[in-house]
Amino acid sequence: MAEHYPALQVVVPLLAAPLCLFVRNGRAAWGLAVLASWTALGISLMLLSRVMSSGVISYALGGWAPPIGIEYRVDVVNAWVLVIVSTIGALVAPYALTSVEREIGARRIPLFYAAYLLCLSGLLGITITGDVFNVFVFLEISSLSAYALIALGQDRRALTSAFRYLVAGSVGATFIVIGIGLLYSMTGSLNMADLAQLLPGVWESRTVKVAYGFLAVGFCLKLALFPLHLWLPNAYTYAPSPVTAFMASTATKVAVYMLLRFFLTVFGAAFSFDVMALDRVLLPLALVAVVSMSLVAIFQVNVKRLLAYSSVAQIGYMILGLSFATVTGLTATLLHLFNHALMKGALFMAMGCVMYRVGSVHIDAMAGLGRRMPATMAAFVAGGLSLVGVPLTVGFVSKWYLILGALERGWWPVAVLVLIASLMALVYIWRVVEVAYFREFTGDQQTREAPWTLLWPTWALVALNLYFGIAAERTAGIARQAAEVLMTGIGQ
Amino acid sequence: MTLDLLLTHYNYWVVIFLMMVGFYILISRGNLIKKIVGLNVFQTSVFMLYISLGKITEGTPPILVDGYGEADVVYSNPLPHVLILTAIVVGIATTSVGLALAVRIKEAYGTLEEDEITGIEAGIEPAGEAGG
Repeated sequence: MAEHYPALQVVVPLLAAPLCLFVRNGRAAWGLAVLASWTALGISLMLLSRVMSSGVISYALGGWAPPIGIEYRVDVVNAWVLVIVSTIGALVAPYALTSVEREIGARRIPLFYAAYLLCLSGLLGITITGDVFNVFVFLEISSLSAYALIALGQDRRALTSAFRYLVAGSVGATFIVIGIGLLYSMTGSLNMADLAQLLPGVWESRTVKVAYGFLAVGFCLKLALFPLHLWLPNAYTYAPSPVTAFMASTATKVAVYMLLRFFLTVFGAAFSFDVMALDRVLLPLALVAVVSMSLVAIFQVNVKRLLAYSSVAQIGYMILGLSFATVTGLTATLLHLFNHALMKGALFMAMGCVMYRVGSVHIDAMAGLGRRMPATMAAFVAGGLSLVGVPLTVGFVSKWYLILGALERGWWPVAVLVLIASLMALVYIWRVVEVAYFREFTGDQQTREAPWTLLWPTWALVALNLYFGIAAERTAGIARQAAEVLMTGIGQ
Repeated sequence: MTLDLLLTHYNYWVVIFLMMVGFYILISRGNLIKKIVGLNVFQTSVFMLYISLGKITEGTPPILVDGYGEADVVYSNPLPHVLILTAIVVGIATTSVGLALAVRIKEAYGTLEEDEITGIEAGIEPAGEAGG
């Protein structure tokens, strides 16, 4: 059983998805989704502990030995990302029950869970696979189900934002396939480890460089790096609350992982940084993303959209860490993958609670909610503090490593910009806090605290925010180890 | 030399042409159905790229026939064809999800023109936001 964990990681949610359609009952489908997502979490935790103790796990799918067959290859890097994705998946699934019953028609609820599990298995598949074409297949599984999930939003603008995401996402995925095809034409291999061995021999060819360019644009579209982020704010704003919480914490993180995996493992850090100057291309984009998107977030009146713009800024931090081209910088990137998933998950879940009771996430609708929904708004404040980067929260840990990385390179203006952007985060979080705590409540007198079924997953994420903010050496240790694996490459 | 490159690699020029046409339609057309058609043309160009990659000069179809040993026959690489079968399925799925969304958008907005939809969205922005 244990040797098949890499396959089960993907197969369990993948098989549970069609079962959701057969049961045709919202509650039963929900039960299946919770069961499958918690199983996935258990498997990913066991994979991480096995990788930490005994090194890389290579699993030949169907018994076909790599590089001919498809290989699932788990090392510290993707075991870490698997844990991130499945943790969020396991917490959003129980949260979805109450939220979805309010926001989605009863007939569509089993379909929602089927799409949710497909999206989860797609994201887990992208992360675990060691085959570049397999990445594309799982990318499309996760993306297509994500379009459907976003289109389930109540507002009709959910439809147009899902359509725009579909167009942008498909273009991105097609760019990635072009890149993979060109790599195959030069090497005759699709296996990541095999490609890493073969590519240095053809570094000089223009085809490989063009493939690199296509892949770079495709990944940046998928991870919503400024200025390719335009699909993101509306998609996150109008999607149903659990979908926003799930997507914001996982989809872009997995896209960042894809970029790291291709450019550092497959092409190699030497090729990316010395030949293609990836760091010098990404650094300005990341800085503009961090500063301009934080500024745009300050002026939003819809809090979900505010958080969506903040997400684009946070993605900027992750790419910034990569553009330092050092182990410390990458540690910051990998830490922030996890930490941002925890804080944005908590914040969007808190907004889902507000949506459930108040029916709106407009900033004016939150007037006085601090007294009406104390637990919800306290969770928002805790998540917000983490977003700003206050000590004892996870946000502080990732900012610490990011600034450490900047100073290590001697780039103090970058460190200053990171601090300025953190202050801007304080401004936009404070706007919500001010309205919620220092204004009179004007809404419906019946408004009560959100039900516990919504509150416990939210607070579980808040608790993780605080726990890993204090016990930071655990996550930082794994992230540093993963960063070292990425920087040294697969051959060593 | 240039002419030679054009003629011997004409399939790649077709790929580039289709890619640009599809991408241009996708960007320039406001009608959502036309956008999906553009996306389709764009994806089709990639199918042709992959199929071209598998072709080997003088290569036979990759079929195992009695009397032909494996060593003395040069055959075309079948793997890109198989890969692109997957991509074709993905393309169909993307198109159908896109068209389904277009149907729902038509029901919700009464139009498929992007600028009209943007206008309607801008019009309902203040009231619609507050109502969620």
